[in-house]
Formats: sequence, C-alpha cells, structure tokens
Amino acid sequence: MSEVLLQCRELTRRFAGLLAVDRVSLEVQRGTVHAVIGTNGAGKSTLINLLAGEIAPSAGSVALLGHDVTRWAQPRRARAGLGRSYQRTTIFPSFTVLENCRLAAQARFQHPWRWWQDAARCPASLGAAREAAARAGLAEHLERPAGLLSHGGKRQLEIAMCLATAPQVLLLDEPLAGMGAEETERMLALLAGLKEGHAILLVEHDMDAVFRVADRITVMVNGAVLASGTPEAVRANAEVQAAYLGGH
Amino acid sequence: MKGRLAFVAAAFVLLALYPLVAGKFGIDLATKIMIYAVFALSLELLVGGTGLVCFGHAAFFGIGAYATVLLSPAGAPASLAWLLPACVGAAALYALAVGALSLRTKGVYFIMVTLAFAQMAYYVVHDTPLGGGTDGIYLDARPALGSLLELDGAHTLYFFTLGALALVFGLLALLVRSRFGRALAGIRVNEQRMRAAGFSTYPYKLAAFTISGALAGLAGFLFAVKDGFVNPELLSWHLSGAVLIMIILGGIGHLRGALIGAFAFVLLQEFFKSEALFGDFARHWHLGLGLTIILSVALLPRGLVGLPQALQARRPRRPVTGSAEDAT
Repeated sequence: MSEVLLQCRELTRRFAGLLAVDRVSLEVQRGTVHAVIGTNGAGKSTLINLLAGEIAPSAGSVALLGHDVTRWAQPRRARAGLGRSYQRTTIFPSFTVLENCRLAAQARFQHPWRWWQDAARCPASLGAAREAAARAGLAEHLERPAGLLSHGGKRQLEIAMCLATAPQVLLLDEPLAGMGAEETERMLALLAGLKEGHAILLVEHDMDAVFRVADRITVMVNGAVLASGTPEAVRANAEVQAAYLGGH
Repeated sequence: MKGRLAFVAAAFVLLALYPLVAGKFGIDLATKIMIYAVFALSLELLVGGTGLVCFGHAAFFGIGAYATVLLSPAGAPASLAWLLPACVGAAALYALAVGALSLRTKGVYFIMVTLAFAQMAYYVVHDTPLGGGTDGIYLDARPALGSLLELDGAHTLYFFTLGALALVFGLLALLVRSRFGRALAGIRVNEQRMRAAGFSTYPYKLAAFTISGALAGLAGFLFAVKDGFVNPELLSWHLSGAVLIMIILGGIGHLRGALIGAFAFVLLQEFFKSEALFGDFARHWHLGLGLTIILSVALLPRGLVGLPQALQARRPRRPVTGSAEDAT
C-alpha cells in the first residue's frame, strides 16, 4: 500500500544566477509525512512553490496522482487535489472563520453563473467548511472574524482552509512557526490524524517535531538534496550531522 | 442588515414619488444623478467588489453614449429593443478587450493601463470623423419601443432611468452575495489564497470587468438619451476621476455607497456652481467642491455610509456595540 501521490524529478529553479532549487527529486506517499528540512535559504519554500505551481520550474517535472502536472497552473493543480498552507499566514482577515473555510471549499463548487443563489446557503461548501473547521479545532470560533484569532488559531485556520478543498496531497509550509508549546502539541496531533488518507509534505524548522511526525526526511542544503531517508537514517548521517543538525 | 434594506427601499420610494413635487429642473437633475448612480454602481463592482481600481471607466460610459447616437438612424427614432442591447454590448466588448490585456497587470500599473485605454478611446472620438470631433454629435430622435414607450418626455425618461437603476442595484445586490460575488471578494482580499484553493482568478476578474463595463455602457446610453447630445468629454479622464470620487465619497465596499456618492457629488457640484449663493465666486466651483471632498474624506474615511457610526461613536457615555473591524 505504497501509493505515490506526489512526485518530482530533477526539479530545478534558477533566479537570475542563483540556483534556488537544484535537481531535487522526491516522492510523497499516501499515509505518510515527508518532511523537508534545511537551513534558511536552503530552497525549501521555493520547492513548495514549485510543487504547488505558484512558480514555474526552470527544469524537471512534477507528477500529481499519476498525471504530469508540470505545465499546470496552480488553480488547476489545486482542483486536482493539491492543497497548500503558507508560511506567512494567508487568510481573509475580514471574513469570519466559517466564510474563510467556505470560500476555500467553494473552489470545488464554483458555479459562478448561478447569481440568484446565496453563497452563504450553498450546502455543499458549507458542509465541507464546517467539517474542515471542526477537524482543525476551530468549531468554537466559526463566527469570529479570522483576523481576531490568536496566532495559533490563524495557523489552524490555514490548515482548515487547506482541508476544505478536500485535497489528497498537503504541502504545509512551517505550520508550527511562532507557536507556543501547547499549540504545537495540538497541531502535531492534528497532523498525525491527517496522515491517514493524505500524502503530506511538511517543511518545518522545529526539529523535535519533525522527528516525531515524519516518516521520511529530506535534508536540503543550498537548493540541493543532501540526504533523504527514514528519520533514523538521516539522524545517523554524518554529512547531515556536520552540515545541519549539529549533534542533535 | 435591516437598516440597510430599509434605507435602500426608502430611497427608491422617495425617488418614485419625487416627480409629484418636482419641476422640470428637478426632474432633469434627478435623472442625471440616477444615471451617475448607475455609472458609480458599475465601478463599485470593480473597486469595492473585486479590488480593481479602474481609472478609465469613462471610456465604457462614453462608448455606450456614442453608440446610442451613431447607431440611431437619421431622422427617425430607433427601437429600444435593439439599440439598448447594442450600446451595452459595444461597451461590454471594449471592456472585454481592455480587461483581457490590463488584467495581466496589477496595482498602480493596472490603474495606468486602464487610463491609457480610456485615453485611446477618447482620442478616437476626439480626432476622427467617426466621433464628430470636439463639437460632438446630436441625437436626431430619442429611441422608443413602438408606441409603448417613448423616451421623449422628461417624466418617461425619469421613470425609465429609475427602473434601470433599481434593476442594476438589484442585480448587483444578488451578485455580491452569490458564489461569484464571494469569489470576487476573496480575490479582493487575497488573490494568492484564492488561486491556492483552486480558483482561476483571471476569468473571474475578466467577467467582473466586462459586466462592469456593460453597466457603465448602460449609464452612457441613458446619458445620451437624456441630453440628446454626446461629446468627447464623456470619455475624458475627468469623468473617470469623478466617478471614482463618487464611490469614495459614498463609501467603497457598499452598493448604497455608490448611490449616496452619486447624489452627494452632483448636489455638491450644483451647490458650489450656484450663482445665487456664491455670486461671482461660483465660477470657481471646483475649489469649493474639491475642498469639501478632501474634508469629507479626511473626516469620514469610510465614506458617507459610515456617517451614522461616526456620529454614534462621538456621542459620549453610550455603549457602542463593537463591530467587527477589518483587521487588514
């Protein structure tokens, strides 16, 4: 039962002379968390942007659920089952929590020409929104304006909006950034629960967290893959020790 | 919510009753204001609804107006049944083309590109035989719908314009709460997130731009019928700026803001132009109007729509129920 949902081959991106991502190949299977770690500027966020289709690669290919999606724009990849969260919280601050999730869910039920129908009464997107919010632990805050949530709450909302689009693959860019200990625990429990049924690519700085939840870890340095394997193998890797972990 | 609905319903009832008390001048002025309100509503869909600041909206207004005159046969009234759709269609078509190109840019570039396209249209009517030059062109006969509806009388035109305004307002009110309108609001607040969720945002913005251009064309049609005359000023950037000021004055983000803004703008203009009040100084009406607008925007950053709230906040020792502030 090793179903590869997301795969990239020799993925490369140059920014005017700078090689931000250098021939990166990796795959993410359903039911696993694949963590990507590396120092600041190692190219982790660029990698996520390439996988999500937010920027185009200079070379290489991306396959999603068995389709070559290298030339697909981001919205099309999203509709095919690719969800992402952002490192810097990217929500609709003036809308309620429920409307944030509902709008994300609406991407699957767009019906833009049904003007006579009230979006707030769209049962399909409302159902998906409530479910996603509850799963991310926001069931109590549905009617709050998203901008008034705590930092941790906003990070949860990021995940909820991602889930509302019913993705099969999740690209999570530092979901734990800036979180307190309690919030981190809650988020890790959420991630562990999401593993089933999803393929998760996780970029994260919190090493304790990464080694707790990841099934595979890829270490990036200067845009390239330094090492990739199980957490034990990566922890034992001498190069990784020297370059990054510092005896962790 | 209820207060808003009551306000809009009351406004339309008052407008429907107004001809009972108004003279010829009043009818003419109110018709003009309602036409500007349709125009302002069309822009509100872009600026307040989608977050796209278009600084060339007069082009669509002017094209609607010029199409009315140019397509009307000489000497005989044209049938409304085809003339109105044709004029709205002409404006929509130009909006589709302008939108398709300008929506590839963002922010201040978008503002400048829309202005550039409007200036292009302006010089086409200004400097080619097609548009009749600076003198403009007269409309031979106002359009009619058989013997059912002749837009020749001031009262008929007043009610026709009122009907068009109500229709546009109703349409936009529906649109804003529909899935389409919510997606536009999402694009306004955070386009990146909308794309990440799976919305191809470009077709949404292009649809909004085209609809907006079409409605501006409708306003232009009404204006040409009302005045029976068109000139290049209808496409000038002054008018693009004026309609932007109307929605800013009224309050961006609210349909009724466009309505209030159009009334406030034209009435202020009439006020400062009045020689009875200002004598010789009335020649400098731009000064008074400009200062009033600056003052109003400084004191009421959310526009006239926010006036009741601003007054309530000033009243001391009265608990104000906290409203959800936009946290952006």
